[in-house]
Amino acid sequence: MYAVFRKELADHLSSKRFIILFILIFLAAIFATYIAFHNIRGEVSPTTEFIFLKLFTVSAEGWPNVLPPPFIFFISLFIPIIGIALGFDAISSERASGNLSRLLSQPIYRDSVINGKFLAGLFVLAIIIASVIAIVAGLGLRLIGVPPGSEEVLRIIVFALVSIIYGAFWMALAVLFSVLFNSAATSMLASLGLWIFFFFFMYIFPVIPEAVASASVPIDQNSSLEMLTKHVEIGGIIGRISPCTLYGEAVAALVIPELGSLNPVLLAISIFYAGRMLTPLPFGQSLLLVWPQLVSIIALAAVCFAVSYIRFMRQEIRSI
Amino acid sequence: MAQVVVETKNLTKAYDNFTAVDGLNLHIEESEIFGFLGPNGAGKTTTILMLLGLTEPSSGAAQVCGYNPTREPLKVKRIVGYLPEKVGFYEDLTARQNLGYTAELNRLSRKEAEERIGDLLATVGLSQVADQEVSKLSRGMKQRLGIADILVKEPKLAFLDEPTSGIDPEGIDDILNLIVSMAKKGITVIFCSHQLHQVQKICTRVGILAKGRLVAEGSIDRLGRQAVGGGRYRIKVQVAEPDPGLIDSLKRIKGVIEVQSSDNLLFISCDKDLRGQIAKTIVDSGSILVEMKIEEYGLEEIYKKYSHEA
Repeated sequence: MYAVFRKELADHLSSKRFIILFILIFLAAIFATYIAFHNIRGEVSPTTEFIFLKLFTVSAEGWPNVLPPPFIFFISLFIPIIGIALGFDAISSERASGNLSRLLSQPIYRDSVINGKFLAGLFVLAIIIASVIAIVAGLGLRLIGVPPGSEEVLRIIVFALVSIIYGAFWMALAVLFSVLFNSAATSMLASLGLWIFFFFFMYIFPVIPEAVASASVPIDQNSSLEMLTKHVEIGGIIGRISPCTLYGEAVAALVIPELGSLNPVLLAISIFYAGRMLTPLPFGQSLLLVWPQLVSIIALAAVCFAVSYIRFMRQEIRSI
Repeated sequence: MAQVVVETKNLTKAYDNFTAVDGLNLHIEESEIFGFLGPNGAGKTTTILMLLGLTEPSSGAAQVCGYNPTREPLKVKRIVGYLPEKVGFYEDLTARQNLGYTAELNRLSRKEAEERIGDLLATVGLSQVADQEVSKLSRGMKQRLGIADILVKEPKLAFLDEPTSGIDPEGIDDILNLIVSMAKKGITVIFCSHQLHQVQKICTRVGILAKGRLVAEGSIDRLGRQAVGGGRYRIKVQVAEPDPGLIDSLKRIKGVIEVQSSDNLLFISCDKDLRGQIAKTIVDSGSILVEMKIEEYGLEEIYKKYSHEA
């Protein structure tokens, strides 16, 4: 398996695809840091505990309200694209080029092929995500001059890990399609289609969760607070069908320690009663808040990989 | 006694709706070039995949160099090379890098791999283009690279699935010569092809597969006698100034069954090789013997006969 891993890694790192993706996400990270640098003063008060984390969460004036803060938005936009780009032709390209049967007639187990490819993709994913976070953190450190505290470092590391696993989910999904479909184009379209659905219609513009919520708990100006909370709650539950929502919530809780609840209505109520921004949660509490989200992302990645693994192992070689 | 390399007993592969290979009994010995023939869809590739352990047989057993390919696929794959019909390489790697990857998958040490790959590229005549990307190689070159690729692991047995399809005549000769030289080095070759004259040129034995069954197996001349000549030898004789009594005296030779004549040509059917006696008879009769040979049976006729029968 090590040989497959090494070759795939070398292929990825020398491919044009990797260079394009890297430049893209590198520019986005610089842009996000630039925005953060220009707006961070407005968000920081003498009582702010976690200044360094603000680098990742500061929004700009005129930045659309429906979107997460710039850095979070860019990273949640690009991670699935990178994952898909790394996986969509993993198996189908080998099959189409006539390499697969030659490869499988070598003295290696069949799963070495898919494991090696998956691990190499994971490695590349880790390199990209770690370097992007490092760029933002490094630039930010230089620009704002405030070093991160130990808890901030911990939160950033967990954020990076979650991002890698989230990317692994999209890669596993793309690998699955590359096993199922003979054509790389079909496999890419299928994965991108799912991504567009989950990202735009379930997360960024949650039209579907909204529709379900409105159908089950209709609200108007006269609705009670209770109804409103319930409405938002149902929308949230439906939204969590999408891995993009799960990731968005997990990241929000990790990099915004002040986030006390995932229900915006409840959050608004507590802020209203407190009369100020909530005090930050300890790391453990933030983690607990999005524990289900984290577990779901890991499970989704594992399931997708397992299904593609089984399909690949059982595939009749004739059709390969 | 030559070592048995491939032995199958009632090897069968059945899919839901059809049987690809049906009770196949093969017996292939060391250093043979075995021609594996049959129409498309006859089950040749399925048989190869089963022998490599890439597909599980539904029933029956196979032994490849003493290993069971279903139970010990890695041991089999370590000593068996397979050149698939539509072989492909990583187009953006060079010929040398592609072979290097194969060597790495076969756990050769780097030094050993480098030496062996250099030698092999020279053997298949690709030293000049060894460091060019595979996408720039011609089809014939890729096919020769494929042969180098299976030789990297120094196999005992090689399956070549249509190695000459779509290649120009010179390229075909190169590949056939390579196959013959492989066999001389002690590698057993199983050669699948539709190009019957190529098979006839290099194969010591052939097996004809039709609808998953082995309908004929043996050396080409024996199959020919069975299939076309009804099990008899046909001897073609050309004489000058034939003696009128010649045909009668030929018919009197023990073992001669029939003599046909047209002009100066005589076709003699007999149940064993009687060339010596025939020559003596002709010379004794006072006729002049110009040429005499045993008629060879074209593989084409044999193939047609057997595949139609099935």
